[in-house]
Amino acid sequence: MSINAVGRHLPDAIPGYGPVKPFQGAAARVPEGHRDGGRLRAVYGGKDKVLPDLKAAIAASGLQSGMTISFHHHLRNGDHVINAVVDACAEMGLRDLVLFPTALFGVHKKLIPHIKSGVIRRIMGSVNGPIGQLVSEGGMEDPVVLRSHGGRPRAVTSGDVHIDVAFVGAPTADRYGNISGVGSRSACGSLGYAHTDAMYADCVVAVTDNLQPYPISRISIPQHYVDFVVAVESIGDPAGIVSGSTQITRDPLRLLISRYASQLIEASPCFKNGISFQTGAGGIPLAVTAFLKDAMKRRNVKGSFGLGGITGYFVDLLREGYVERLLDVQSFDLEAVKSIAENPDHIEISADWYANPWNSGAAVNALDVVILGATELDRDFNANVNTEADGALLHGTGGHQDTAAGAGLTIIAQPLLRGRIPCVVDAVYSVTTPGEVVDALVTEFGVTLNPRRTDLVEACREAKTVPLVPMEELVDRAKKLTGPMDPVVTEERIVGVIEWRDGTVLDVVRQLTPRK
Amino acid sequence: MSLRRTMLYLPGNNPNMLLRGHLFRPDGLILDLEDAVAPSEKDAARILVRDVLCRGEFGGCEVTVRINGMDTELWREDVAAVVPAGATGLRVPKVENPRDIRLLDEYLGEVESHAGIAEGRTAIFCLLETALGIWRAYDIATASPRVAALIPGGEDLTADLRTNRSADGTELATIRSLLVVAARAAGVDALDTVYPRVADDEGLRREVAFIKQLGFDGKSVIHPNQIPIVHDIFTPTEAEVEKAKRIVAAARDAAARGLGAVQVDGRMVDKPVVRRAEFTLSRAGLSGEVM
Repeated sequence: MSINAVGRHLPDAIPGYGPVKPFQGAAARVPEGHRDGGRLRAVYGGKDKVLPDLKAAIAASGLQSGMTISFHHHLRNGDHVINAVVDACAEMGLRDLVLFPTALFGVHKKLIPHIKSGVIRRIMGSVNGPIGQLVSEGGMEDPVVLRSHGGRPRAVTSGDVHIDVAFVGAPTADRYGNISGVGSRSACGSLGYAHTDAMYADCVVAVTDNLQPYPISRISIPQHYVDFVVAVESIGDPAGIVSGSTQITRDPLRLLISRYASQLIEASPCFKNGISFQTGAGGIPLAVTAFLKDAMKRRNVKGSFGLGGITGYFVDLLREGYVERLLDVQSFDLEAVKSIAENPDHIEISADWYANPWNSGAAVNALDVVILGATELDRDFNANVNTEADGALLHGTGGHQDTAAGAGLTIIAQPLLRGRIPCVVDAVYSVTTPGEVVDALVTEFGVTLNPRRTDLVEACREAKTVPLVPMEELVDRAKKLTGPMDPVVTEERIVGVIEWRDGTVLDVVRQLTPRK
Repeated sequence: MSLRRTMLYLPGNNPNMLLRGHLFRPDGLILDLEDAVAPSEKDAARILVRDVLCRGEFGGCEVTVRINGMDTELWREDVAAVVPAGATGLRVPKVENPRDIRLLDEYLGEVESHAGIAEGRTAIFCLLETALGIWRAYDIATASPRVAALIPGGEDLTADLRTNRSADGTELATIRSLLVVAARAAGVDALDTVYPRVADDEGLRREVAFIKQLGFDGKSVIHPNQIPIVHDIFTPTEAEVEKAKRIVAAARDAAARGLGAVQVDGRMVDKPVVRRAEFTLSRAGLSGEVM
């Protein structure tokens, strides 16, 4: 038993996970040794890697029971690939597979029978919705391992996780395995989350519904990483892959929070020429971007780059000259997909490039401001994005840890309450991101600064535009509005392990005791 | 003099809005027990509004309650619940008879004295929602010293006028002017009716500019997003504030030296101009600079 740097008691080892390296601090762990790598292979000659169907590719890949298969989540809730591949594996009699997706969505609830029947033994990655509920209630033998978007490529490149076969959903592919995220009805834009898997897996299978003659253009993943190509009828439902044009919220509460967040950014030392930011696709972040744009216009400030998941709103910022470049690991909407295909200043980056702490410098390191959400934040500014108030594991970590660690100003912006559930508490149920990398919380009551950031406290006092609310007052207010919460009741058994981006353990999630 | 540029309606049966309305920083709040609440929910809303009032967390907002009409059985219960709980003003719907205001004044006196509240603390805001109410505006405004403002109706009033509400408000133009005259003559505020198209920011902007020019002190709002727009129009520009400061300073200086005439920027300034300058400063939140 040990206590990590955020005060969590951790066992020395967890069944199904192995030895536990306790979290020591955001930048404490220094890696040793060399990168891991995929299997060496040689292909002499040949002009075609196309196989007739998924089963033929699975057989050719050498996939065996107990091996690890990986997938990207660029097709989001429209994805057909993961379900189809696992269905095929089940029909071929494979069992005990380790699923290593970059994220899962509601559409993947179809995997539940395969989890129950033992085709999938383990999931390493975010578990959302019904699968999260299943895991929380003890429905999987081995604990799930939650890694950030940067922690995942770190685990792959360092050899913590070895991918046997990577199945890469490909909106466009040619017969010799070049893959593009654009150019078809299933277009998803950036394929950033798939790059590292393609480079490090022992075998890579491209699954496409737009097979083209060799060679295609706008290649995201080149042929020399790809072993086989399979054409299927559909890799996904376009309506679930990207959204239409994204609208700024008119919800007054969210607009108020967004305005405070924007005023905080404007008051901070990073609001100057060259500012870079990541704001994501949620209602509040998008509105912050809109207010920030007004402020940039008013004060004649030009930004350098926008990072992360890219929306049409960011595309407009690029087009109108508010930023010089977009670094895109994931394209959220049709405008972003269109832009990445056409604009050389809209650059596709891999998850490794985006956020891996163990390379020669990730994009998040250059980030000035990030706007994030959380299900809970506590007095120490620790953020929980993985579990809900009832202790159920329902959300992935995403880029939360990485951008918080990298950005000069990390802002959590959200209402004080979600329905009757407080978002600010004495201690979070699960720690996803440690308070040492969180700088400010913005709610409808104003801005709550991490006292560690004396420079921000000073800047806000000077600007006089943002109402400052101490953390103690906010916690008290939330308690007064909601009353006491019933504590979560759990078993001893660990069903989830939350890793910090460097592979150390921040927290564990325990199996829920059924409510009487 | 308190600013009443914006007074935000909050449905009396919505705890979420009642607790958070002040965060949008309107000048005033109207906790609504009348039209926003279905007949079957009147009691529950009254209890809720009373409890929210008792918490007393409204930032710097003036807190008023729109009670049910004096033609109903409910208004006395409303008054008895919300005045002791802390409401400092009542917005009374469909006022058309000065006698009603005198009756309310009397009842308020009883409630205040029973609750140990300074008599006369509770102000009355009169909603004039019929042609008759508008016609008697001055008499209504002067029926009690508690009357703080006159407010024209919107939909009800246009229906009573046998017309409907148009985008440019032609049908309300004369009504609004009349109401400003009555309010000024009685020495109370003139507050405008709501702008119902909550997604039409430009339409709101045009209407607010128009009613400000007519002489209104502010506007009732039904959506928090309307607040910054109304404030923006009612807030004097920097140049206006600077000029007003110079006028007030010159007047102060002249008074100290026993001079009658005041000169600012090479022009003579008379008393009404000084009064307007003081008003500009108070709208800019600089009442401290007013003599």
